[in-house]
Amino acid sequence: MVEVHKYEEKLSYKPKDLGGSLWSDGWIRLKKNKLAIASLFILGFLCITAVLTPIIAPYGYEEQNLLLGAVPPSSDHWLGTDVFGRDMLTRIMYGSRISLAVGFIASGVALCIGVLWGALSGYSGGRIDAFMMRIVDILYALPFMIFIILLMVIFGRNLLLLFLAIGAVEWLTMARIVRGQVLTIKQQDFIEAATSLGLSHWTIIRRHIIPNTLSPVIVYATLTVPSVMLLEAFLSFLGLGIQPPQSSWGLLISYGVETMEEYPWLIFFPGLFLSITLFSLNFLGDGLRDALDPRASKD
Amino acid sequence: MFYFALRRLIQSVPVLIIVITATFFLVRAAPGGPFSAEKNVPPEVVKALEAQYKLDQPIWQQYTSYINDLIHGQFGPSFRYPGRTVNELIEAGLPVTAELALYAMLLAVFFGVSSGVYAGLRPNSIHDYLPMSLSMIGICVPSFLMGPLMVLFFGIYMEWLPISGWGNTPGDKILPTITLGLGYAAFISRLSRGGILEVMSKDYIRTARAKGLPARVIVFKHALRGGLIPVVAFLGPAFAGLLSGSFVVETIFQIPGLGRFYVQAAFNRDYTMILGTTIFFSTLIIVFNLLSDIVSVWLDPKLRDQYRHNK
Amino acid sequence: MDNLIKSWAWLLGLILITFLSIAGCTKGQSNVEEGNIEGILHWGNGTDPQELDPHVVTGVPEHHILSALLEGLVAKDPKTLLPIPAVAKEWSISADKKTYIFKIRKSALWSNGDSLTAHDFVWSWWRALQPKLGNQYAYMLFPIENAESFARGKITDFSRVGVKALSADLLEVKLSNPTPYFLQLLDHYSMFPVHKKTIEKFGKAHERGTLWTRPGNFVGNGPFILKEWHLFRSIVVEKNLNYWDLKKVSLNGIKFHPIENVTTEERMFRMGQLHKTASVPIDKVKAYQKNNPNLIKIHPYLGSYFYRFNTKIPHLNDKRVRKALAMSINRQQLTDRVTKGGETPAFTFTPPDTFGYSARAAFEFNPKMARDLMREAGYPNGEGFPVTELLYNTSEGHRKIAVAIQQMWKKNLGINITLSNQDWKVYLDSVNNGSYAIARAGWIGDYVDPNTFLNMWVTDGGNNRTGWSDPYYDDLISQQAPVSLNKFDRYTIMAKAEAVLLENMPIIPIYIYNSKSLVHPSVKGIEPNILNYVLYKNIRLDSTLIEKEVD
Repeated sequence: MVEVHKYEEKLSYKPKDLGGSLWSDGWIRLKKNKLAIASLFILGFLCITAVLTPIIAPYGYEEQNLLLGAVPPSSDHWLGTDVFGRDMLTRIMYGSRISLAVGFIASGVALCIGVLWGALSGYSGGRIDAFMMRIVDILYALPFMIFIILLMVIFGRNLLLLFLAIGAVEWLTMARIVRGQVLTIKQQDFIEAATSLGLSHWTIIRRHIIPNTLSPVIVYATLTVPSVMLLEAFLSFLGLGIQPPQSSWGLLISYGVETMEEYPWLIFFPGLFLSITLFSLNFLGDGLRDALDPRASKD
Repeated sequence: MFYFALRRLIQSVPVLIIVITATFFLVRAAPGGPFSAEKNVPPEVVKALEAQYKLDQPIWQQYTSYINDLIHGQFGPSFRYPGRTVNELIEAGLPVTAELALYAMLLAVFFGVSSGVYAGLRPNSIHDYLPMSLSMIGICVPSFLMGPLMVLFFGIYMEWLPISGWGNTPGDKILPTITLGLGYAAFISRLSRGGILEVMSKDYIRTARAKGLPARVIVFKHALRGGLIPVVAFLGPAFAGLLSGSFVVETIFQIPGLGRFYVQAAFNRDYTMILGTTIFFSTLIIVFNLLSDIVSVWLDPKLRDQYRHNK
Repeated sequence: MDNLIKSWAWLLGLILITFLSIAGCTKGQSNVEEGNIEGILHWGNGTDPQELDPHVVTGVPEHHILSALLEGLVAKDPKTLLPIPAVAKEWSISADKKTYIFKIRKSALWSNGDSLTAHDFVWSWWRALQPKLGNQYAYMLFPIENAESFARGKITDFSRVGVKALSADLLEVKLSNPTPYFLQLLDHYSMFPVHKKTIEKFGKAHERGTLWTRPGNFVGNGPFILKEWHLFRSIVVEKNLNYWDLKKVSLNGIKFHPIENVTTEERMFRMGQLHKTASVPIDKVKAYQKNNPNLIKIHPYLGSYFYRFNTKIPHLNDKRVRKALAMSINRQQLTDRVTKGGETPAFTFTPPDTFGYSARAAFEFNPKMARDLMREAGYPNGEGFPVTELLYNTSEGHRKIAVAIQQMWKKNLGINITLSNQDWKVYLDSVNNGSYAIARAGWIGDYVDPNTFLNMWVTDGGNNRTGWSDPYYDDLISQQAPVSLNKFDRYTIMAKAEAVLLENMPIIPIYIYNSKSLVHPSVKGIEPNILNYVLYKNIRLDSTLIEKEVD
């Protein structure tokens, strides 16, 4: 009798071991990835600081101190000042608002367009699918960097235009990924069930298809943000992105390059912040991919 | 295989036409004409200049005559450099950019694949974490940050390497190549690591190991192929990225290449130069994408099947 | 698997060794060392030249190269900028100062051995004025009788234009007005002679961009001939053995390096790749002045940095507002802290001491008076003053100045200014079309005379662009000054005009330009002057100078 109890324990139903939903499983796995969690905290910190900047920044944004000029980090100015005597910590904080905003908003734009396009295309199948994907293929082949440069030069450096231009480049891959996912999901039984229940196509797409494509979408979105930020920084560096008085990290870096011999902190700190943000986003994206993809194995 | 290539080639033609037409009209729509100058340009002079460059014709006529010239391989006269045709300017800048892109590509593929394979063969060990962390740095520190930092260290503090020009002083090709190629090396490294991991978990590798084949044979004969496939697929977009990356690298290192001319032409409103370089770059990118697609289909039997059935 | 590690380690080692050996090889002979021995001057030349046809180009980099390849009737003394003979051995001026006769040297030859005659000048100036050619500097020839009418296409018979070859070596030029600075104009590249046979060999006279300017084709009469032209890389000229003053030319050749980026150029100078730079990065000026004062050359340059007002805009139409804005800029602080190049703050438009002409400073930095003026105009403490946009062309330097001035106006007057920058071409169009409120501008004098500065502001002048108009000013500049025969009288008339200009302030003078460059100690013969004028045949390279460590 006692032996049975022993085995009973071993055989007993431990809900913890049973696979839960993809999300709770994913969260548990993500938590184990220390690097990803650290990244999450860093990003959260940066985002909160960015939002609160107007309140917590130590100096005014355009506050010059011409008599001071550029000085290295000191107790008054933790990250030093630029050639106008403007506090670098403040400039970097304001820069983070632009850089992060461009990153998230443009990715958001790309996300929306890409998901809708891919889902519609994959779900519709047949000729509509072929046509929509043909458009994606054609656009994919265009040298976008060149067009963006042209657009920025021609139409002026409008922040809105920048968002749209960048978003318009990134949605293509998202569309392809989503479409691939949708094609797989379409075959599943529960979709057949929903259709036979008489649910409208749009409801099916909205309530069943899209939620199930979310995991690769989230992963890809998290990885799109850094590449968008990089693109914006690249354009600003060439003089084609954000223009003063606004500044982004990319613009701050390009100013820093000009005087990097005399005042190396002007390139070092913006560069550091940009790199850390990109690192965090990439690690988080990697972590999410490992956590949410049931097929991916570590070995 | 051949038909696949042919079909893709034909598909590229409408893309090219869209590129040409869109650029032509976009450029004309831009504010700021090519002849504006600080010292006032009297209207007769502007008229004379416009006549010389056919700008006084209706725009549709300009378009058709441009297309006509294009078919004959003529990109037209540059606005900024009155004595030169755009062909000449491209010829002057192309070898430099091509060399830079080639070296960077070689560096990226060589270091990327070898470090990626190396890491992938011993996953989750220090041999994996170290290269992968370094490659993360390569991805997250952009070229316009890496470049100046290297210039600062190697060029100015240490004075080991020259920091501008291309082909003027020995060793001046090193820093630009590294700056351009590093990011791609990092990305390729991750790609090939992923590819190797996927391949190594396959059954046929286990069979080979069980058969007792030496490691070198397994890696070079079987696994490498799997590790290379994602890299080859990436080469097409990588090439496009290298071209645009050259804008920044050529600016930082003052290299007289096509990328820098392109940015300058845009600023100078040199219509013909902008058009010419855009078309040129686009054609190259399309060709490269095509090649990379073809090669990856050829390498990966699965994709081959897919295309055959997908029509 | 350990074999893998070993092979990797081998490879890395190999790469490291190659790397270091290549790096080691860079310490070769520098351009400057080599140049001093061979007599080649390495000259940093800024933007890549568009063309080498003197009737087509417009820039300073082109000017430097063309002055090596061609020579005009008259040159300038590098110290005093007074005219000295060049192609013309001597000249005479009529009593009414309107007729010049130049005697052309018999020894003046083209680089291919052809004789240089007065007919060459007549033909060259005919070509420069060709309406179809579109020469943007044709106006340099307009003091010549009927030249302007010919250029505008109003007359087509060139024999009515006031230039005639009396014989092979006598050139007669008739002017519409006594133009005291006419001899200076002859040294501008638009008045250089060009070789007729060469041009006609490669196309029609009015065709732009034919092959006549390529190395091997270019025939010139200057101290050097065009040897190599590598697009975007360098232009090399070498000694012209047919030059009439060959004995005086010490240099064997010049290599022009097109380097746009100022920071790169300074680094190249430090590495010994250049004898002379075109400019100096702002943040390095003080360091050089402290540590290497013998290398940096700074002197005033004949140019004015100023802001234009669009006087058609209602709130800028009030001259009190304009004066208030002008008086509340602390120019000393600007040049000390922002531009840092030791520029002279400007309180007149024409740079002081322009060949003896100095206008009276009409205002000063006086924030209190400025505030009073604003109050009078209806904007006490800046209240009610509409937000105004300040336009400048995209450049770090202009941005810094604009930002500083924006702050000064806010602090001293309480008004809000927004900044807008546009690319060069777009900015030019905006200013030309009057689509601006306040715009940054710069003007370099074409010749040393107040006229080049003051005749901009006549009513509807092509370079005016402010909408400001004053008939008395027009009368002084266009009617009275040109006919004056006496230098003192003429200057007095112009000073009166400048006083009218400054009283109305359609523009705000900010500072007088400085020319800054780095020059290697082995270069002798470059004299500081306000036009940055260099006579190449005066330059020699001292190869005995020991290479000093540049900090």
